[in-house]
Amino acid sequence: MSTIYTVNHPEQGHIEYTDRKRYLWMLSLTMPLFPLLGIALYFASDSQWMLGIPLFFGYVIVPLLDYAFGSDENNPPEEIVPQLEQDRYYRLLTWLTVPMHFIVLIGIACFVGTQDLTVWSVLALAIIAGMYSGLGINTAHELGHKKPEFERLLAKIVLAVPTYGHFCIEHNRGHHRDVATPEDPASARMGESIYKFVLREIPGTFKRGWAVEKERLARLGKSEWSIHNDILQSYAISAVLQGSLIIAFGWIMIPFLAIHNFWAWYQLTSANYIEHYGLLRQKEASGRYERCQPYHSWNANYIFSNILLFHLERHSDHHANPTRRYQSLRNFDGIPELPNGYYGMYLLAYVPWLWYKVMDKRLLALPHINGDLAKVNIDPQRRDEIYAKYGNGPHLRLAI
Amino acid sequence: MGKYRCPGCDYTYDDALGDSHEGYPAGTPFESLPEDFTCPDCAVRYKEDFQRIDD
Repeated sequence: MSTIYTVNHPEQGHIEYTDRKRYLWMLSLTMPLFPLLGIALYFASDSQWMLGIPLFFGYVIVPLLDYAFGSDENNPPEEIVPQLEQDRYYRLLTWLTVPMHFIVLIGIACFVGTQDLTVWSVLALAIIAGMYSGLGINTAHELGHKKPEFERLLAKIVLAVPTYGHFCIEHNRGHHRDVATPEDPASARMGESIYKFVLREIPGTFKRGWAVEKERLARLGKSEWSIHNDILQSYAISAVLQGSLIIAFGWIMIPFLAIHNFWAWYQLTSANYIEHYGLLRQKEASGRYERCQPYHSWNANYIFSNILLFHLERHSDHHANPTRRYQSLRNFDGIPELPNGYYGMYLLAYVPWLWYKVMDKRLLALPHINGDLAKVNIDPQRRDEIYAKYGNGPHLRLAI
Repeated sequence: MGKYRCPGCDYTYDDALGDSHEGYPAGTPFESLPEDFTCPDCAVRYKEDFQRIDD
């Protein structure tokens, strides 16, 4: 069974499109199995080593599957996009993932709180739970960009799981406004390692999100410390959820939840790091930055990890059309391309010298940069070093 | 009174309705919005990008 979308276009005639990924998106509903797999294998084998299996899946199998399945050739015609947007099936999937994030965290916490586990097992489970809650931030990202109030409410609710309630406000009103500029704490600079970036990104985005919300509340004549604060509403749900887990399962929940929260945030940090590394919007004569163009985001058009991430990796179209739904996001030729999906690129980012080796040449070889370091967002502390290494102007050896 | 539309995402600011969530009460003219106003829905377009639309 497939849904065929058709349109009779005045100039292009009859256009027909079948979304071959339509039912693949249901994989998002099976994602809770991934963090719970290790626990099931532990009960089956009685070996705590099994608890680490989901980590192997996330960081080894997913990049390999991206390599094996390769690029996603599906691209809805622009004329079909309005129909895809209207199809409620797709949004239902994002809605259904919201309760799953609560169930999985509570389930893993219950396991940690009731079983006799080694420190390493608790650490592995906290990281695995954090990876899945990182996907919750991704779901919130998809929902938080949408116009219906109900979806924005769901975003606020799911963000409570990793205690990241400020994300949607900061991301929509801060990151999207400042993306690919030196002012953006969520855009990585050339020569900036992810370990340096995280120290700028996590506090910087929190401050910006809070400032944006404070400004909105001030216009309404309300205090930032009121129930009208959208950030505090989400944090309140977090306090109830995580406070209840601590009360129910004791002190072990404190390190478990702390690591879980951090790892979920770090998933977002990792995505932010790779999505705009080194890319820079130019300032116009008016003093404003040029509008965000497709070449201001790195894309990864790999079918497997895109299915896991609601097309987040088709990032150029997302920044050009932030309110567009995931099923309608398109890939374009001639835009910055990452050499693997996000999970493979995260691993690369965690080894900075290797990241620079792979990405710096790729960055400078982009057609709109062509070796010109003035068109690159560079870490100011490494500017001299980078200029000494790459010089300026077209660089013949940059071909990748 | 007028209406102004974001050319990127079709968010529409109506002077008569304002935008209560954003803190602009009904009757707030588009011209009086802050100069650094960006589209509340997509944040891609600035105030000067908005197009006045006629009913």
